[in-house]
Amino acid sequence: MTERVAATPGLYPLPDWAKETLSDLKGHQKGDLLSGDESEAIVGEYAEVRAEYVDDQLDAGLDLVTEGQGRWDDMIAHPLTLHDAVETGGIVRYYDNNNFYRDPRVVDDLGFSGDVARELERASDLLADADGAADASLAATLPGPYSLARLATDEQYGDEAEFQAAIAEFLAGEVEAFPAHETLFLVEPSLVTNPPAEGEESTATDAIATVADATDADVVVQTSYGALGEKLYAHLVDEAGADALGLDLVAGDRDDTVYNVQEFGATDSLALGIVDGQNTLVEEPETVAERVEWFESQIPNEAFDRTYLTPNTELFYLPTNKYRAKLNALAAATEVLD
Amino acid sequence: MARNPAANRDQFRPDDHPNDAFLLSTVVGSYPKPKWLNRADELVDDPDSKFDASDLEEAHDDACRLITHEHERAGLDTVVDGEMRRNEMVEFFADRIDGYEFNGPVKVWGHNYFDKPSVVEEVEYDEPWLVDEFEFTAGVAERPVKVPITGPYTLGFWAFNEAYPSTEELVYDLADLVNEEVEKLVEAGARYIQIDEPALATTPEDHAIVGEALERIAAGIPEEVRIGLHVCYGDYSRVYPEINDYPIDEFDIELSNGDYEQIPVLEEPELEPDLALGVVDAHTAEVESVAEIKRNIRQGLRVVPPEKLTISPDCGLKLLPREVAYGKTENMVTAVREIEAEIDAGEIDLDDPLADD
Repeated sequence: MTERVAATPGLYPLPDWAKETLSDLKGHQKGDLLSGDESEAIVGEYAEVRAEYVDDQLDAGLDLVTEGQGRWDDMIAHPLTLHDAVETGGIVRYYDNNNFYRDPRVVDDLGFSGDVARELERASDLLADADGAADASLAATLPGPYSLARLATDEQYGDEAEFQAAIAEFLAGEVEAFPAHETLFLVEPSLVTNPPAEGEESTATDAIATVADATDADVVVQTSYGALGEKLYAHLVDEAGADALGLDLVAGDRDDTVYNVQEFGATDSLALGIVDGQNTLVEEPETVAERVEWFESQIPNEAFDRTYLTPNTELFYLPTNKYRAKLNALAAATEVLD
Repeated sequence: MARNPAANRDQFRPDDHPNDAFLLSTVVGSYPKPKWLNRADELVDDPDSKFDASDLEEAHDDACRLITHEHERAGLDTVVDGEMRRNEMVEFFADRIDGYEFNGPVKVWGHNYFDKPSVVEEVEYDEPWLVDEFEFTAGVAERPVKVPITGPYTLGFWAFNEAYPSTEELVYDLADLVNEEVEKLVEAGARYIQIDEPALATTPEDHAIVGEALERIAAGIPEEVRIGLHVCYGDYSRVYPEINDYPIDEFDIELSNGDYEQIPVLEEPELEPDLALGVVDAHTAEVESVAEIKRNIRQGLRVVPPEKLTISPDCGLKLLPREVAYGKTENMVTAVREIEAEIDAGEIDLDDPLADD
């Protein structure tokens, strides 16, 4: 029987109190964004944010708890924008959204950073100490190497395949420093929005596999903003080393995604992006459950180890009350399905 | 198709205009708020303060009077109150339209947030949005008053859509409301309306939706009313020449920021509405010299003849220090009047306006 798991890849909106305190402490300009050597006061604020995120997820009843990534000023580009081998350029648009991040220009060889591992250690400690944490496990989040390479500017490696491989090696090194985690989400929106050129699919899937191989945890490769191209989908199922592909069933044409699964099979588990991360309309748990059942009914011959119920994008797009409501909807939907 | 800008342009020419040539000078709208007004906006929310809503209204009136006169002192042919009563371009209108609700701020970038509203039911027109504002400003102004309104495409796409099957349908409903507001403004005496659609720049592939929305806005509006469209920070090759089909009198864009690299886009085919050209940068704190602004104005003459050229800053000036905003506006008007005199004197080759530059 398929296990249903309520989870998110993190990247939550800052609580409103932290939006104010952090903007007072840090400022509003490009040069004021996080550099990785923040003051004690800022570290303290983020510690409180992290604790609030863990509580939010436990209160909602999620099966997997993320660190929440409140520090990720540059969204999934964060692991690079803080890196010593990276200079940040201008502010550039984040996918097709009214959101912007600092362009990370990689100007030197990408060595080990440890920044994400450090924040994950703290989340792990919080989870261990929390009441009611017995049923929840830690999920780590990183950008997928393909998307991170697409979001960055290469001024060091000179070759696209080499750049993707270097980013993958860097991310794999980060994963090796992570505390114990049950699941690793690799966030890969660019696979849909800027897919690899025909014939270049394996470069991307090899890069993802490099990161996936660095952990014993289940790896979810989370895509967003619509359906994957057929050929790329097939490559990802076979070559990316993922335990689950994450599919967006909210944006774009979900029939295309169903077709991909019918035609090319699937990973042992699947993550279904069935709650809209970019709309304040909160889905009823019954609606979410129906969407899962509808999807599973389209592919009656597949039996999945796990189905992850997730939002289709990160949740930082939402006001905080709606982000919490979405967590609740996901957790409640797994109850309905049980 | 474009409206008939020649039918409404002359009413903005001041009686004492010194030159034969007339380049209409205007502003996009927003202007730095005096610091005391920001304090007043905060004070009214402080439960310990005696400063109440009617005090705030008085403060807003004072600020609108002040900035309208500041625009007149700079010599502008048409003026705006600097949008002193408005907080943010979507929030202000969403607050006044039934069907929107606010849930809290969302991130734009870094620690910059925007109170992005949600449309939770069909949008409806309740009280007029801008008629009081217009009547006040027109009452204190010597010069004609322009009214900037955030356009329906931006009001729709910069909100969460919970209620409509598609955001396109929401945009058309909003366009009908904007049309109702424009009718009321016209009834109150407004003759210069500017629809602001910055969201078009981020999704130029939606130009047909903006076009249909403008058709609804302009429906039934007489030709003596000038309707402008302001867009900023876009790639205009992706919306041109489709712009020529829009029912507008004037197309207002920010080309100073990009050093006029996009001017050739507009040269072929001929631009049908008048061009309102940004000639000072809204995001640099240095006041451009009159000579530099004159060079920028000549760029506009590559696209349209003088009688179809309007001159404005790139965008709203509200993020600048106030003295810089004033300096830019004043130099802009000086440059406009000097260029007009040079045109009168035959010193500018209108077929090759950059010739002796």
